[in-house]
Amino acid sequence: MEQINIPEDVLEKTEVSDLLKRALELKKAGFRFSQAHASYIDEKFELSYSFSNYDNYGLHTLRIVIDPETEVPSITEIIPAAVFYENEMKELYGVKISMISVDYNNRLYRIRQETPMGPKKTGGEE
Amino acid sequence: MGNRSVIPFGPQHPVLPEPIHIDLVVEDEKVVEAVPSIGFIHRGLESLAGKRDFNQLVYVAERTCGICSFQHGMGYCEAVEHIFGVEVPKRAKYLRTIWAELARMHSHLLWLGLLADGFGYENLFYQCWRIRERILDLHELTAGGRLIFSVNKVGGVLKDIPEDKLKEILRTLDEVDDELRVIRSVFFEDRSVISRLKGVGVLTKEQVNELGAVGPFARASGVRVDMRTLGYAAYPELSFAPIVSNDGDSYARCFIRMMELFQSIKLIREAIGKIPAEKELEVPIKGNPDGEYFMRVEQPRGEAFYYVKGSGKPFLERMRIRTPTFANIPALCEMLKNADLADVGLLVLTIDPCISCTER
Repeated sequence: MEQINIPEDVLEKTEVSDLLKRALELKKAGFRFSQAHASYIDEKFELSYSFSNYDNYGLHTLRIVIDPETEVPSITEIIPAAVFYENEMKELYGVKISMISVDYNNRLYRIRQETPMGPKKTGGEE
Repeated sequence: MGNRSVIPFGPQHPVLPEPIHIDLVVEDEKVVEAVPSIGFIHRGLESLAGKRDFNQLVYVAERTCGICSFQHGMGYCEAVEHIFGVEVPKRAKYLRTIWAELARMHSHLLWLGLLADGFGYENLFYQCWRIRERILDLHELTAGGRLIFSVNKVGGVLKDIPEDKLKEILRTLDEVDDELRVIRSVFFEDRSVISRLKGVGVLTKEQVNELGAVGPFARASGVRVDMRTLGYAAYPELSFAPIVSNDGDSYARCFIRMMELFQSIKLIREAIGKIPAEKELEVPIKGNPDGEYFMRVEQPRGEAFYYVKGSGKPFLERMRIRTPTFANIPALCEMLKNADLADVGLLVLTIDPCISCTER
């Protein structure tokens, strides 16, 4: 098989305030956007933004852990391909993401339940 | 500026077996903007992570898609196996590789048939699907199912392929190889095929990278990315290098998939030649997954991404599946800009869209 030295995956914990800067730095360093997703664990959102290197397949993931009320800036100005991913995080989990370049306003998925994978709402209808 | 109007494409359309909607903003007969909508059949499979234990999720992962079902199951299992830190027996790795390449062949033949039908060459469509049936027969012979194999498990595989069936695979592939050479000459040399595909829907390498496209769609634009290079299953022991074209048009996408069919035959032959004669097909798995892993595998449509996170309990905290079509839609919309309205159906087909994957 073609021999490539594939580096170990990197999981970098970062802050909301550094997200755009780090995304831009990775893009300039020769990484292409691979995926983004949210998890809701222990009443916190874990957001993961993965980038893979053009040449050596190295995977670099930016991880931010936030309270559900924290607003996250969209990376779509830097990474246009993140549009669906961010809309998905917003719609399925209820992550507050501002300035998505194409915001589907909770109509990306035709689902009846609001933010089905995010925090359970108390006292209201589902 | 010509007359500008919006034409809805889908969710029901003759070229689409599954629903996706694209609003096409057109000026006269030229597309100037394409706005996609998905989510018509979103199934919420990922949310089952908290409701089924990690072993049961193999079957959930397999049902993400009816075409690349095997690779979904394998990708999920490999992710969990990494968390456990186990290495599956070598024979299981080779079996996974053989089944994965057979699945790639049936998927590419399905797509080539749909493409031929899309540009009005029905006889070619019949021929592609006739050959595909022979691959599906091999699936049934070896796994019992024609589309859903259910042979993967965390730690290995559930079934072996005995010697006589391996020989039957080789015999069938020899015949399929000859038949593919006939249809290859039609796809590559027929004037009407070339006129419908050559120079249509061009995307540059830079555009593909910017928009995060994957798989044959990206490789057709010169992006040398194929996750088999990462070395999962038995690929590190086989002669493999990604097939790439620099043309970036619909013809190049057809070329890549056609050549990958021959590459799959070569990989299966090599894997059958090298498969070790051991009895163990799985390693015992003790306990529950505790940790997280990002796994990438190359499905017929491109890189599929599995994220698995466990906390030492039978139920995972998170299972994430990012399918190749989900990654390819932004590049598709870019490709549709400046396209002729008459080419839209064909261009949508050239990414080999799998909406059931996308709507996991």
